[in-house]
Amino acid sequence: MIPVDYYVALSAVLFSIGALGVLIRRNPLIIFMSIELMLNAANLAFVAFGRSHEIQTGEPFFGGQIFVFFVIAVAAAEVAVGLALIVEIFKTKKNINIDELNSLKG
Amino acid sequence: MTSDLIVFLVLSLVAIATALGMLFSRNAVYSALFLVLNFVTVAVFYLLLGAPFIAMSQITVYAGAIMVLFLFVIMLLGVESISSPNALPWQRPLAAILSVILVVESVYLILSRAQPDMSIASPDASLNTMDSLREMAMSLFNNYLLPFEITSILLLVAMVGAIVLTKQEKGEQKS
Repeated sequence: MIPVDYYVALSAVLFSIGALGVLIRRNPLIIFMSIELMLNAANLAFVAFGRSHEIQTGEPFFGGQIFVFFVIAVAAAEVAVGLALIVEIFKTKKNINIDELNSLKG
Repeated sequence: MTSDLIVFLVLSLVAIATALGMLFSRNAVYSALFLVLNFVTVAVFYLLLGAPFIAMSQITVYAGAIMVLFLFVIMLLGVESISSPNALPWQRPLAAILSVILVVESVYLILSRAQPDMSIASPDASLNTMDSLREMAMSLFNNYLLPFEITSILLLVAMVGAIVLTKQEKGEQKS
């Protein structure tokens, strides 16, 4: 028996590590990976809460899992567009250091 | 201490260690591989929570498709490591201190209000059969049909967007 709060605490820790990664890294690809880590932490909390609801009511409940399914699909779409943007920026600037990307015009 | 709790603690240690490894690797390829390990660990958590379908989608979509895309772009651009002077020297320590405060505060608040009666038993065998998957599919296509269709449109838009962004313009090739 694992208390649901342990899962939520683990999710909070993973989310904070992702937020720290967004703040301290200079490589946009690693910033992207940190965003994925944060999405993943939120997914873990969703599934844990869904399971806890299922156990409390005693009836099958799939809302949490289905929401996670949608989040995974949205994350895939976001990664495809974001990586295309990074490749395009690299083609025009020959550099993807986040400190130098301070103008929208190429 | 039950065996469930031991499995949970070991797995969460692995998850946190791989997340930190992702954060502090010098080489972006190592970061990506650490993140794959982290995703697989979270997939095992989903199995512990009785969500086998989500665990499998996690492995195929996240650890498979998304991370292969990441590794492909890292190796295509050759940006394994970016070394440059930091524009804001005080920003990193400040971010580290603030996120440590965030972790301590949130974990303290969550665990201090823990309700011991709300615990999750390990899933019994009935959750890992086809019946459970069938019920989930029924729920997905009955109650959540509109979000499902909207997600498919979103994926189509993302696909078209990625192609348009990386497409070479005809007149652009000479410049």
